Amino acid sequence: MLGGRKLAGHEFAGQELARYSLSMNMKKTISVLTWGAVALLGAAAIGVVAVHRGEPINALWLVAAATCCYALGYRFYSRFIATKILVLDALRATPAERLENGRDFLVTNKWVVFGHHFAAIAGPGPLVGPVLAAQFGYLPGTLWILAGAIFAGCVQDFVILLFSVRRDGKSLTEMAKEEIGQVGGFVAYGAVIAILIILLGVCALIVVNALKDSPWGTFTIAMTIPIALLMGLYLRRIRPGKVLEVSFIGFVLVLLAIWGGQWTSETLAVAQIFTLRAPTLAIFIIIYGFAASAVPVWLLLAPRDYLSTFVKLGTIGMLGIGIVVLHPTLHMPALTRFVDGTGPVFAGKVFPFAFITIACGAISGFHALISSGTTPKLIARETQTRMVGYGAMMCESAVAIMAIIAACSLQPGVYFAINSPAGVVGQTATAATATISNWGFPVTAADMRTLSHAVGEQTLFNRTGGAPAFAVGMARIFSQSLGGERLMALWYHFAVMFEALFILTVLDAGTRVARFMIQDALGHIYKPLGRTSWYPSILATSALIVAAWGYFLWQGVKDPLGGINSLWPLFGIANQLLATVALCVATTIIIKMHRTRYAAVTLLPLIWLVAVTFAASWHKVLDPNPRVGFLAQARVLAAGPATPATARLIFNNRLDAAVTTILVLMVALVLIESVRQWMAVLSGKSESRVKESPFVMTRLAEERV
Amino acid sequence: MKRFIEAGKILLANWLGTLLETLLETLREIFDEAAYARFLARTQTASSATAYAAFREEFEEAKARRPKCC
Repeated sequence: MLGGRKLAGHEFAGQELARYSLSMNMKKTISVLTWGAVALLGAAAIGVVAVHRGEPINALWLVAAATCCYALGYRFYSRFIATKILVLDALRATPAERLENGRDFLVTNKWVVFGHHFAAIAGPGPLVGPVLAAQFGYLPGTLWILAGAIFAGCVQDFVILLFSVRRDGKSLTEMAKEEIGQVGGFVAYGAVIAILIILLGVCALIVVNALKDSPWGTFTIAMTIPIALLMGLYLRRIRPGKVLEVSFIGFVLVLLAIWGGQWTSETLAVAQIFTLRAPTLAIFIIIYGFAASAVPVWLLLAPRDYLSTFVKLGTIGMLGIGIVVLHPTLHMPALTRFVDGTGPVFAGKVFPFAFITIACGAISGFHALISSGTTPKLIARETQTRMVGYGAMMCESAVAIMAIIAACSLQPGVYFAINSPAGVVGQTATAATATISNWGFPVTAADMRTLSHAVGEQTLFNRTGGAPAFAVGMARIFSQSLGGERLMALWYHFAVMFEALFILTVLDAGTRVARFMIQDALGHIYKPLGRTSWYPSILATSALIVAAWGYFLWQGVKDPLGGINSLWPLFGIANQLLATVALCVATTIIIKMHRTRYAAVTLLPLIWLVAVTFAASWHKVLDPNPRVGFLAQARVLAAGPATPATARLIFNNRLDAAVTTILVLMVALVLIESVRQWMAVLSGKSESRVKESPFVMTRLAEERV
Repeated sequence: MKRFIEAGKILLANWLGTLLETLLETLREIFDEAAYARFLARTQTASSATAYAAFREEFEEAKARRPKCC
């Protein structure tokens, strides 16, 4: 009897095992089939995007290619990095748990951290860069955004986040100092300051170009200042702490300001007040930047930050839905003739300039600052770094794809008319349209007039910087689903407001961050200068930072080629330099972790970035073409008639060349130091010890994370 | 079939509820409302203009030092 039961038990267990094995096999088969289908669809979509020539293609091909690439990259590549290289450990307590203090260090839900991280990394960069790079056609930008993000940008954000988590949330600068040496730390610090200054100058220039001679846009953006002040006072005095509520109120007020802007532009006397030339706008923005850095955070910076985040998250979501629902046709060809370097938007060949122009959507060194800033102090489990670091960057990359779609859905003639500086296409509408039509992108002055009228602007010619072209593309997509042509003007100004609002937020926050960094450094020389509450120091350091980026802004405004031509590549080089530092730190740590055979994961993007940064810098400094090389342009100017303006332009070009050279020397320094470290570790001359915090077992219950 | 649909509805409602809750929690974190709530809990004070001013003072430098990407 007992034997029979035992036998029945064995049979039962055997059946269970067989069922389990069948179910596992079934799951595996379904998984293989699903991922195979995703890979096939992705390959087909990439094939169409890459090979199709002649007839315009639908934006859905780009959406399909991007979605499949991201899905495959996340599922397979990030998992490989997580398991084989980083060996994420769910049982290891993170600094959020070990050092929890309710302020900086705090165990937080993974989706909340994801949202927080995405809100911090997503700025105007992924919108502006791809729009500018669309002059080469949609193909180079799209391929770089996808490949760059999956193999470089997402990897950088992910590994730096994890390494910071394993080092008590240390910053990139501190990790560079510890792992590479003093030089690494010094270069990282210098790169951050350089990026901030150049970035702020470029951002301000984009706003100036979007608002010049636009009473509607200027009025709307001007109104965001009193709205932000009102929000600050509401939060402080009327409803303390109700940020979501006040952000919603602020958003409604901004919508009213957009509506009011239309009235402003149609009322001659008021329109005159808000019709400002580029230099005047530049002066206002410089004054604003200084004030925003010096007044208390609660009064202007914080409410504007809340307002811009509110608008940013909503608009990006709406744009994504709009693109999928309306799937516009891409009128821009896959490749334009400008891959040869003769482009009007900015000069330079597709290699290296497409990879310098698109930074944030593919790889951005700036992200490494955020991945080693607030985010590592909130992560509850090491395993979540994959979703937050790799995943959030994928979303940012998707935003860049949206920007490419918005720009390339415009007729190419219109795109070039908006983005080309007068110095390249001609001063009048007739001259500009004739030049652009001769390039093979037909456009007429009447087309441009109709479009300007539809968006409520006096003119759309020479609106360089990328923001206005993106706004026109976005307004077209929105107006096709909501309100039709009738509301095109409102949507255009909504888009301009959206971009300008969060560019100005970057300006406020960036000026202040740079001010703190300078104060920290000056504090070592004279202690009171380091005190962030000492007003003489606040005013002096604010003035120093604002003067630095204000100079680049002024230089851009006065540049007959539109400024973006010189400044955006400079910003791209500086940003990729910081990414180089981050990848050097990551590779050094991977080698020290005895994972050398996998070091290619960060080493290959590093080699690519070095190639791009060095090639772009060489061209920007030494290229004999005066439209590309700073020194060649200075030489051409020097050979022409001498005027005060010429002397200033010559100086500016030489200064840009010097800045670029310094940036490249910094890259070289940090590279040499890193390679020395790698050689020492690999040859056994130096101890291969990573400076991680000791392992502590997590005590967090599953439900808390 | 009816029971199956009912179960599906409940599942969907639960899922939507969790989604909305997480979304709201994320927004509260991004917009510093959660940080303010933690400050009130830590200092054992009720929300008021004075408490908010104290929170901002404590929070101000950390907020201003936070970089925002391009």
